[in-house]
Amino acid sequence: MSHKFIISRRQLLKTTAAGAALGIASSTFAVGRAAAADLTVGFVYVGPRDDYGYNQAHAEGAAVVKALAGVTVVEEENVPETVDVTKTMESMINLDGATLLFPTSFGYFNPFMLDTAAKFGDIQFRHCGGLWTDKNPTNTGSYFGYIGMGQYLNGIAAGHASKSKKIGFVAAKPIPQVLLNINSFLLGARSVDPEITCQVIFTGEWSLAVKEAEATNALIDQGADVITCHVDSPKVVVQTAAGRGAHVCGYHANQSPLAPEMYLTGAEWNWGKVYTDFVTAMKEGKPLPNFVRGGLKDGFVKMSPLGPAVSDKARAQFEATHAEIMKGGFSVIKGPLKDNKGNVIASAGQSYAEDAIELESMDYLVEGVVGATS
Amino acid sequence: MTVEATDAQASIPGDKGGPALVEWIARRSEGIVIPLAAILVGLAAFSVFVAFLGKSPFDLFGLMVKGGFGSWFSIQNTLARAAPLLLAALCVALPARLGLVVIGGEGAIVLGGVAAAAAAAIALPAVGILPPAFLWVAMALAGMVAGGMWIGLVGFLRHYRAVNETISSLLMAYIGIALMNNFVEGPLRDPSSLNKPSTAPLPADHMIGNIPGMDVHWGLVAGIVACVLSWVLMEKTRWGFAARIAGGNVRAAQIQGLAVGPLILAFTALAGAFAGLAGMIEVAAVQGSANASLAAGYGYTGILVAFLARHNPLAIIPVAFLLGGIEASGGLIQRRLELPDATVLVLQGMLFIIILFSETYYGRFRIFNPDLWKRRA
Repeated sequence: MSHKFIISRRQLLKTTAAGAALGIASSTFAVGRAAAADLTVGFVYVGPRDDYGYNQAHAEGAAVVKALAGVTVVEEENVPETVDVTKTMESMINLDGATLLFPTSFGYFNPFMLDTAAKFGDIQFRHCGGLWTDKNPTNTGSYFGYIGMGQYLNGIAAGHASKSKKIGFVAAKPIPQVLLNINSFLLGARSVDPEITCQVIFTGEWSLAVKEAEATNALIDQGADVITCHVDSPKVVVQTAAGRGAHVCGYHANQSPLAPEMYLTGAEWNWGKVYTDFVTAMKEGKPLPNFVRGGLKDGFVKMSPLGPAVSDKARAQFEATHAEIMKGGFSVIKGPLKDNKGNVIASAGQSYAEDAIELESMDYLVEGVVGATS
Repeated sequence: MTVEATDAQASIPGDKGGPALVEWIARRSEGIVIPLAAILVGLAAFSVFVAFLGKSPFDLFGLMVKGGFGSWFSIQNTLARAAPLLLAALCVALPARLGLVVIGGEGAIVLGGVAAAAAAAIALPAVGILPPAFLWVAMALAGMVAGGMWIGLVGFLRHYRAVNETISSLLMAYIGIALMNNFVEGPLRDPSSLNKPSTAPLPADHMIGNIPGMDVHWGLVAGIVACVLSWVLMEKTRWGFAARIAGGNVRAAQIQGLAVGPLILAFTALAGAFAGLAGMIEVAAVQGSANASLAAGYGYTGILVAFLARHNPLAIIPVAFLLGGIEASGGLIQRRLELPDATVLVLQGMLFIIILFSETYYGRFRIFNPDLWKRRA
């Protein structure tokens, strides 16, 4: 760093502090700005980027985009779903020159992203969560994945690993996405052994480490020997379960570094593909799609590599089912199927594809899941 | 000269002339110079920390100025983030003047928001007949009553059952958040809010809008008015005086015949009402409905603001702007220097500790105490 450089920066600081150069400061301040021709992409996360979960999955996707030529990535973590996220997005637009924004948390959509998008008509916004409809501004959109079949594959690995025929699920809230994951996990395990049951505990919050640890311990105390979860950060669940000698299946991101011996596999988001598609289209000047959604087959979701505790028999069934899913047409929710209160969900021969609209409002736990939605 | 010196302490300089004015300034500047010096020391300590992380403190402070205060956009960003902190800080500052450390304002904020959303659901049909302001008044009253009862209960437990108010308010905040989740996911849930349980949203034209010419909602004005009114209440009325006496020494206050119990109840309830109003504003001006996003941590940042302001309601205003600015620029620091979000927490923590520490310096500098000037002579 040259002497001259420091002096000029000091002078700039002085003028800024004096309030004389309010507007000029933003154009002359030379900290880490990219060349003007670059596309600047902004990512906003609701939690820490290294949470081994929801936010890390997005940050890994952002890292893929960062490696592309001519793309600058700006990231901000721990942004709550309040006016803060509005201001963060505006700040990325005004101060960083971002023209494509990915607010990644579900609660950012309405009103925060929609309001900001209405104000900045020439900036593109894509939100994770599948909420977009054609009534929303055309410079906004949604992307989301169908990860239920990932939990089904988790269930197959769990079904083979379980000796007690009891598996456990630590869940945040009884909302449709979570219920589908719980049901898929149990149905995967039941495809191995129809006597398996899955106990579920809802913690009530997306991120509540103490309750997640308590829930994991409670499940293991009741005999569960394979645990998975749907919370923002599976870290606590994975470490607690492995510490108690239970096997674990991951979620959101790859948690095998936390428990290399006990980790069977995991259902992961593959956002790098989705983000690359958007950014490439943007750089080529093509219109961005408003709504994209896909599952394992479409590359939106992937499975963690199988761990050392997975038996050959388990591996064979896992890989066969995986191949069948990749072919297309596979259904997890299919008849004959009852919920755990005895109501018929699907009669024999009836089946729901992963993108069936009926699954979007799921409000039941299937037979074999021990727990209640309310 | 001696007569003037004793007068100067109480009176504002008018026709008294030069020396009295100097003394008045000297006395008044203590409360400004010491906190400012503490902030400078805090920033200096933080720049050492940043240097250890391998980043230039010059870059950092440049970005802080730019992100928090360096342009009209940044100033509005700061003000928007400061708005909820004003009311949240009052929830800590008012009981503090009575000697109570209430740290559970978060519970009153979320319950105030839920009560406001419930009131909106009841009042909405009447709005076609009455002006929309009717809805906001109903929501504000509901939020303030809910928040007031919540923190008022903390005061009640403190005075009549001798339950430590710090612990009870914190634990009640968890109960408050659980209650909010229960209402939002149960009786008050909008059936169309599938994956993010929320109450029915307010129609867009019934939201509280922005201050004209600014991208900041009216909650900022509500917060500033509340701070000013609280200052008048504390410093200029007999109730505030009584509260400060009770805060100084409960026994002495009781011997003087002050009704300490009702005082504690009234001030904790008022504090909770301000927090409840903050929740109502979050619903009516920001979120549009009550949901889990209400628990955004404003109640906890409010503790920091109140302590930094030394529980002076007027001082809350600049301190909230300072913290709003730190949060606004925190994003820019994360993005440009690729530092984790925790960096800003470290800065807030350093400022907090050093400003608390600086309190021990009050009354220890001769320059701020004209009475000592003469004694030296």
